[in-house]
Amino acid sequence: MDVNDILKPENRVYKKPTLLNDNHMHYCPGCSHGVVHKLIAEILEEMHAEEIAIGIAPVGCAVFAYNYIDVDWIEAPHGRAPALATAAKRLQPDKLVFTYQGDGDMAAIGTAESLHAANRGENIAMIFINNAIYGMTGGQMAPTTLLGMKTSTTPYGRRVDLNGYPLAITNLMAQLDGTCYVTRQSVHTPAAVRKAKAAIRKAFENSLQGKGTSVVEIVSTCNSGWKMTPEQANKWMEENMFAKYPIGDLKNE
Amino acid sequence: MEEVRLMKGNEALAHAAIRYGADGYFGYPITPQSEVLETLEELRPWETTGMVVLQAESELAAINMVYGGAACGKVVFTSSSSPGISLMQEGLSYIAASEVPALIVNVMRGGPGLGTIHPSQADYFQATKGGGHGDYHMIVLAPSSVQEMCDFMWLGWDLAFKYRTPAMLLADGIVGQMMEKVVLPEPRKRRTEDEIRQLCPWAINGRKNMRPRNVVTSLELDDERMEQNNLRFQRTYREIEKNEIRYEEINTDDCDYLLVAFGSMARICQKVMEIAQEEGLKLGLLRPITLWPFPYEQIKKSSRNAKGILVVELSAGQMIEDVKLAVECKVDVKHYGRLGGIVPTPEEVLDSLKEQFSINK
Amino acid sequence: MAKIRGAVTVNTDRCKGCNLCVVACPTKVLLLQPKEVNNRGYHFAYMAEPEKCIGCASCALVCPDACIEVYKVKIEE
Repeated sequence: MDVNDILKPENRVYKKPTLLNDNHMHYCPGCSHGVVHKLIAEILEEMHAEEIAIGIAPVGCAVFAYNYIDVDWIEAPHGRAPALATAAKRLQPDKLVFTYQGDGDMAAIGTAESLHAANRGENIAMIFINNAIYGMTGGQMAPTTLLGMKTSTTPYGRRVDLNGYPLAITNLMAQLDGTCYVTRQSVHTPAAVRKAKAAIRKAFENSLQGKGTSVVEIVSTCNSGWKMTPEQANKWMEENMFAKYPIGDLKNE
Repeated sequence: MEEVRLMKGNEALAHAAIRYGADGYFGYPITPQSEVLETLEELRPWETTGMVVLQAESELAAINMVYGGAACGKVVFTSSSSPGISLMQEGLSYIAASEVPALIVNVMRGGPGLGTIHPSQADYFQATKGGGHGDYHMIVLAPSSVQEMCDFMWLGWDLAFKYRTPAMLLADGIVGQMMEKVVLPEPRKRRTEDEIRQLCPWAINGRKNMRPRNVVTSLELDDERMEQNNLRFQRTYREIEKNEIRYEEINTDDCDYLLVAFGSMARICQKVMEIAQEEGLKLGLLRPITLWPFPYEQIKKSSRNAKGILVVELSAGQMIEDVKLAVECKVDVKHYGRLGGIVPTPEEVLDSLKEQFSINK
Repeated sequence: MAKIRGAVTVNTDRCKGCNLCVVACPTKVLLLQPKEVNNRGYHFAYMAEPEKCIGCASCALVCPDACIEVYKVKIEE
């Protein structure tokens, strides 16, 4: 059978979701952001949620998420996405409101807003991209940077005495009474992508059902910041990141 | 129905908000304005009008909740006092740059730093000259009575929505804490989602009927487009300057000396005028109601025949800079103010006027 | 016995040549173009051995730029 006989519309089993528009994404080759964007677009499409979805974009590499996923977006000041999401959801309870935050946003500058939104049990979904580095500003240390990990502000590796410990903020989130679903996923293999998709879908459904705050951490790579190929970065993540940030549900109520 | 009540300025503005049809309040307690949140919590508007009231974890969170709500085309506000307003400057700059309407109440207390809980007007620079980063302005309304605390909430929102810009009620601890008679306006209904879609087509409320997506953002990395954005903001500011200058004048026709004061100080200056009149000294009072846009032209006009201007402020001299700009060095401009939360007596102000302009000497 | 045959298309303009699809493919169908580049200068992915494709969509799932469409047929033998 010839390839052209297979490439027919009736045989198509996978395509780019329509809600992920044709704008060229500014992310580096192999960046995890693209996969997560694609999943969000797929899920919103499958849930027929285009008309009620509101995304809150962070500051960081994903600041331009609003250019790629075709729903309504507000671009928040650094770290404040959960505060904006709180208002957007409380003032419009019928909407599906989600934040998209990096590790600096969630675990450094926006720790207060993130923890308190979760502690109040705001009916929002928080998508948290943890790649242990500040990508957009050029690879500086993040609160989640691993000990010994080299970044442009820890050029000799992160040291406890100088920089403190990596912060597993998702573990803190799981302790809060306001969260209903806290999970840690990755998108580096086909199986992982499928699980991450199911997790984000559940978080979105929780937002609509008013069950409380859902947090989906995606342990991610930043191959440019880590100075590796995308393939090496995936391997490095499996070998190093998963020890500190183990994959799986932390809370599922 | 209209209602006549006796209440504090801080309480009046909470009532005014509910009656305007406000959708949400987000705030953090700080003296001397905590009655705003307390009054709202006591009135439980979520059970009547559906208004959301939320005590945030910080002023930073509160202003960003206001930003989020404003981006959704909702009628939202926050209130705080000076140190809290400093924390809010980040959000204010974003709100201005994103061109969304919001109302912020600052019941000023003395600074700098933690300062004092007593009244002050020393946030004039911060409110009128930007405060946060970048080239932006807020409409700044200065109430001098409990009635105006109520009325300017409505005016503030009307202007904020008309120009898609943040507006601030710049009150001080005196106006916030004092009790007066107030006529509360007849309540209005909150806007429905359909009304918001019509009035604010830019609002973040979901792509109903598959309309193109709306994005509220202050970011633009393309230099040319960012300059165009800034030029658009400036055009709006010129339009506001043209249409929205508000002030009150008392006895400014052929006065010997002109007093310029806002908020609570304008009330004290009224008494100063009365005492002076008994002594045969003709004083006029110009009270700017909008501190931005500032009534430059009117001050110039009203002081044309005056021998001098005394600017009376609870600060070391901030509004005096705008008054000097207004008169272009053609009139002698002096300042009198008390710091640290002290409110001057009318006699004290009059003595200062006489001394600084060498009257009766 | 039924046999599964698959095929993919790569949006070569969107592809950034990250190689993650090549790694993810269980049957080693895909490679990056060794010489040819797209309009952004990336060596884009292509089906080097199309007859091995089983249409599992692994490549498309891990693709960060959503450049891959997957087609699949069941052939009765």
